[in-house]
Amino acid sequence: MIESILQYDFLQNAFLSGIIIGIIAPLLGVFIVVRRLSLIADALSHVTLAGIAGSLYLSQSVTAFATLNPIYLGIVSAVGGSVLIERLRRLYKHFEELAIPIIMSAGLGMSAIFISLAQGFSADLFSYLFGSVSAVSRQDLWIVLGIAILVFAFIFIFYKELFVLSFDEDYAKASGLPAKTIHLLFMVVTALVIAASMRIVGILLVSSLITLPVAASIRIAKGFKQTIFFAILFGELAVIIGLVTAFYLNLAPGGTIVVTSILILLLVIMIKKIVMAIRAKD
Amino acid sequence: MAQKPLIELQDVSFQYEYTNVLRDISLSVREGDFLALLGPNGSGKSTLLKIILGLLKPTKGTVKLFGEPGSTFKHREWIGYVSQKSNSFNSGFPATVKEVVASGLTKKIGLFKRRLPDQQAKVIESLKAVGMEQFANRNIGELSGGQQQRVFIARALVAEPKLLILDEPTVGIDHENVQSFYDMLTDLNERHHMTMILVTHDVDTVSDTISHVACLNQTIHFHGFKDDYDSLSDDQLNAWYGHAVRKIHHDNKEKQK
Repeated sequence: MIESILQYDFLQNAFLSGIIIGIIAPLLGVFIVVRRLSLIADALSHVTLAGIAGSLYLSQSVTAFATLNPIYLGIVSAVGGSVLIERLRRLYKHFEELAIPIIMSAGLGMSAIFISLAQGFSADLFSYLFGSVSAVSRQDLWIVLGIAILVFAFIFIFYKELFVLSFDEDYAKASGLPAKTIHLLFMVVTALVIAASMRIVGILLVSSLITLPVAASIRIAKGFKQTIFFAILFGELAVIIGLVTAFYLNLAPGGTIVVTSILILLLVIMIKKIVMAIRAKD
Repeated sequence: MAQKPLIELQDVSFQYEYTNVLRDISLSVREGDFLALLGPNGSGKSTLLKIILGLLKPTKGTVKLFGEPGSTFKHREWIGYVSQKSNSFNSGFPATVKEVVASGLTKKIGLFKRRLPDQQAKVIESLKAVGMEQFANRNIGELSGGQQQRVFIARALVAEPKLLILDEPTVGIDHENVQSFYDMLTDLNERHHMTMILVTHDVDTVSDTISHVACLNQTIHFHGFKDDYDSLSDDQLNAWYGHAVRKIHHDNKEKQK
């Protein structure tokens, strides 16, 4: 395996991107999960799909788009979607979750139109839907790295504000923090992470890499920093095991990564139960 | 020392859609006061708090905080706020007591800065003030309602506010723990000279440590010293409270002594 990675550029791209995504998706995921925004991540990934499908369609019909990496339009539509979700959440104050199906169906609907308009990119599309080991380009890797730097900077700079906002939004507002601005930035960064993760895990499974490692981590962590640490550890494990299996068995990495995450989650729940039972006996 | 008003409301009214929630409220709180803001449910207490905290703008009237107009007041960290426990926080949240308390420093530290050099010591000190230092490394969700409420007070104290506002802090706390909770507030007021506003719908909670009482029901029905409040008749209280209330707490207190 190591030899192959050293030998093939495409494997280097996939593994390096995967390792970066294995950090940023669960890192941001901790904030997304504790703020109960997991479904929003799902909605945003479908909007990203609309951008990708749109770009793939345009690449066939408009020469300017022929060489454009579809990830760019994906990023644009994800960020646009995140801003729209916020608008809708404010519009439907008492039914905030309504924003999710609205944005999700808008994303899927547009994707369906673009996909049926275009002819013959099913292989490409498959790699965007479920991830790919072979389709990650060097350019994709640079984009993922750029997004990762933004995510780290954002969380490093606003860690304490994000913590307060996640733990107790009313308190954050009452203490005069710029809650709205930080929240909007947070949504935009979430959109970026989804666009970045999509190349490896696929659009349909992006939200699982954001939520599953956190779901496992919450079971055993003490405190918030530890929750982040374990989430990244589990995310990284899932990505590496998932990519290796996908490579050897020629499977879509989205599937293997998610199934590995689920196995980790089940294992953590089981171990926790056993430990609790032993402690209860003592 | 001349006591300057920390909070000064003048003729404050607030309308929500077409309903008058608050009408002509004038109220001042001076340094060292321990004010109980009493009012039945729906009397506009929470609205008044939100106006003081700058979350709502009054439809009419002026708000001054520490002598400055509320709209331009920048030192929100001078005002510590403890909300009703049940309101806003998710009890499964994976954070330790220490992390929760440290989050009270967020505004004081300011944007783009990470932490205070003596942050750890400050956190432990404020946990000691509420008698919770032995729980510092526990997850917040593992504590009882009363313990959580103490942690939230520590979170407010850690920024060393000059004024502490508590919104129905004893809702959801078992009866036995309420007394020790008030003893702690008294201690903060007397030993640490912290100005306090305690908001409650429960007339019984007006204990001996309180210096002033304000009775709110859309408008201020009574505002004055605790002793004057004590001399109000039950009839007067019933009139503004809207139903029969009796001040039974004083008898209880005396019996306890």
